[in-house]
Amino acid sequence: MSTRGKKLLAGGAVILAALGYLIYSSMSTAVVYFVTPTELVEQGAGARNKALRLGGMVEQGSLDWNPRTLDLRFRLTDGKTSIPVAHKGTPPDLFAEGKGAVVEGRVNPDGSFAASAIMAKHSEEYRPPKAGEMPVFQKGRYQQAPLAPGASASEATQR
Amino acid sequence: MTATLGTVTLVTAFGLTLYAMVASYCGARFSRPALAASAQAGVLALAGLLTLAVVLMEVALLTNDFSLEYVARNTSRATPLVYKVSGLYGALEGSILLWLFMLGLFSALVVLIYRRDERPTTQALLPYAISVLMAVTGFFLLVTVVPANPFATIPGGFVPPDGQGLNPLLHDPGMAAHPPMLYLGFTGFTVPFAFGMAALITGRLDHGWIVSTRKWTVAAWYFLSAGILLGGWWAYHVLGWGGIWAWDPVENASFMPWLTGTAFLHSVMVQERRGMLKVWTLVLIILTFVLTLFGTFLTRSGILSSVHAFTTSSIGLYFLGAVAVALVGSLTLLAARGDKLRSEGTLDSVVSRESAFLMNNVFLVGACFTVFLGTIFPLLAEAVRGVKVSVGAPFFNAVNVPLGLGLLLLMGIGPLIAWRRASYEQLRRHFLWPGVAGLAAAALLFALGVRGWPALSAFGLGTFVAAVVVGEFARVARARAAATGERFWTALGEVAARNRRRYGGLIIHLGIVCIAVGITASFGFQKAREVSLAPGEAVEFEGYRIRYLEVTADQQPHRFVLGARLDVTRGDERLGAFVPAKNFFEGRQDPTTTVAIRSTLKEDLYLILGDVAPDGSHVTLRVLVNPLVMWIWIGGVVLSLGTLLSVLPERQTVLVPAARPVRAGLAAAARGQPE
Repeated sequence: MSTRGKKLLAGGAVILAALGYLIYSSMSTAVVYFVTPTELVEQGAGARNKALRLGGMVEQGSLDWNPRTLDLRFRLTDGKTSIPVAHKGTPPDLFAEGKGAVVEGRVNPDGSFAASAIMAKHSEEYRPPKAGEMPVFQKGRYQQAPLAPGASASEATQR
Repeated sequence: MTATLGTVTLVTAFGLTLYAMVASYCGARFSRPALAASAQAGVLALAGLLTLAVVLMEVALLTNDFSLEYVARNTSRATPLVYKVSGLYGALEGSILLWLFMLGLFSALVVLIYRRDERPTTQALLPYAISVLMAVTGFFLLVTVVPANPFATIPGGFVPPDGQGLNPLLHDPGMAAHPPMLYLGFTGFTVPFAFGMAALITGRLDHGWIVSTRKWTVAAWYFLSAGILLGGWWAYHVLGWGGIWAWDPVENASFMPWLTGTAFLHSVMVQERRGMLKVWTLVLIILTFVLTLFGTFLTRSGILSSVHAFTTSSIGLYFLGAVAVALVGSLTLLAARGDKLRSEGTLDSVVSRESAFLMNNVFLVGACFTVFLGTIFPLLAEAVRGVKVSVGAPFFNAVNVPLGLGLLLLMGIGPLIAWRRASYEQLRRHFLWPGVAGLAAAALLFALGVRGWPALSAFGLGTFVAAVVVGEFARVARARAAATGERFWTALGEVAARNRRRYGGLIIHLGIVCIAVGITASFGFQKAREVSLAPGEAVEFEGYRIRYLEVTADQQPHRFVLGARLDVTRGDERLGAFVPAKNFFEGRQDPTTTVAIRSTLKEDLYLILGDVAPDGSHVTLRVLVNPLVMWIWIGGVVLSLGTLLSVLPERQTVLVPAARPVRAGLAAAARGQPE
């Protein structure tokens, strides 16, 4: 192989090695682990100082939202364990008690979770129709809700 | 009725595609011109059938034919007209139909354009290219006929009185334009891929296939770029989180083929000019094509949880199969032709244009690999170690920012540095002053208080590239003006018109610089604050004063709009009333966001409505100030103009004998060669 060829190969190897190192080092700091409340408690002190995603259901009766101070407190549960979560900011639209949610953040020394971001889970693509509502075409299920007493005749004839 | 007609159309089209694929191949292989001609007629008829299929679907959407499951899911009586039309690609089945329709049209265009092309290479490649195009079209038809038939009826013959309506997030002009653009890009790259495969099949591996498809490649690249930008624009205006890009798998799926496609666009120049990188160029077009399929697999199979992945469906397996077949088939073909793919040139010097393009390719493919790894890493981690992880923006940014900065630098160097070997004198002449300008810009920004090496480098390098491009235009225009006595601006127009490919390309680089600067500023220097306001209460933020007046409510036919009226002032200047809002669509769980944005060249004020008290006694707002966002969209426009220039037919220069010495020197200058 010519000297120039060797130089090129060496140059290419240096670039690839640099890229590889960059990917490796960024990956090891940027990966966020997903845990359930039970797993979080099991990990104990090992879960500290790591970016985590905690997923679970917002416990009934635990939601405390103060829209004036923007303080949001609630507990996330997986049925076995429940973790208190604190966040500063408005919760997303689908966020509610009894609904699934994923929070991203870190564990405090006292075992509570400081969330920097909250993602509400879409439990299903579309909400089920309520009684008295216009019939709504349901994904996978083709049911009709009862027509409200006051609904117009034109709606009724559309069936 | 429509259901039957539509399905029959698609099945017929499938049969026709298979025929055209086999007939075109056999016609060329066994020298039967009549057979090859019948295949071409078949391709034209196929385009007709696919047009019919799209028209049938549009009619069904517009006439509320809810017997079709697709129509019932993606439109409703109250859906506005324009979104009934765009409902065609509001969900999976229709998107595939649109993709298919474009493939059909492109195949027909290929036949119409190239059958009159007298270049022997083109004539030799055309039948095989048609075969490959038909194979791809056949695959998509198979998907529409079996797992994702857009004309499927609701089981049991049930006809709902009203449909569900288009996904509310897609009620936006940006989203009406984004998917067609993206699909034009994806399908557009199928054409150079088909010609590349034809070159491998026939063994005609000179640069004929590249020359024949150059404008297709540029057009496909442009549509993909425009599609991605429109997607960013949509995310910025509709998703309402304040940015244009989140490294979501769906976004990554479109970005990966863009990266390899961009690399391809540059490596073909090296092959054309120097006969090098032949295998590499073929690998790039194969990768680009395969990544368009892979992207569909990622986003539609449901294996990755993405905030806006459509659905879980079996078509993921079909696409995975197609990826495997395309990858194995084309790489086998490539290996079999290895002996004919020897490089004609060698790299003479590391300081040369070849070398700059090679680096550009390494960086682009490196970025693509990074995006690929980050996108599929959660799958790998779960499969190998059984842990659930997510890879967020920090990873993608950490790796892609340095690569992007390297690419910025190369964007300035590549177009001007000499082929083969650049002399010190040439380097000094081309790059000394732009380099000084770039350093000066970075130093000035530092003095003004801008911090952070990635941002300073990006702004400095952006200035460098802009100075190189502007300097080059000025230099060639001045040279021409001096030689011909034309005025400077006339000379500039003439020079650009005489080498449209080169100067179009330079303008595209200028557009990319605008985009890079806009992205750097809006990502790196975004200011955000969340506030809670009572009526009459105001907040001061970054020089803006935002006062909450009242809650607004508006019942529209297809949605209920809840907003907060805000009065915004800046200093003594009243900027007017802004109404960020939430839109509640019937039958949908979550409302969509309407962001209130005030855009200027300097920055965007971006207001997102959060929580609204039922009685209006308070609202929460996220207030963002995003610097230089408008430059991203301006860059898109510049990029469009540059592309337009580069695909227009070249004007032939008529050489006047007496003027030849001057003109010849000029032409050399215009091609960027050392005089």
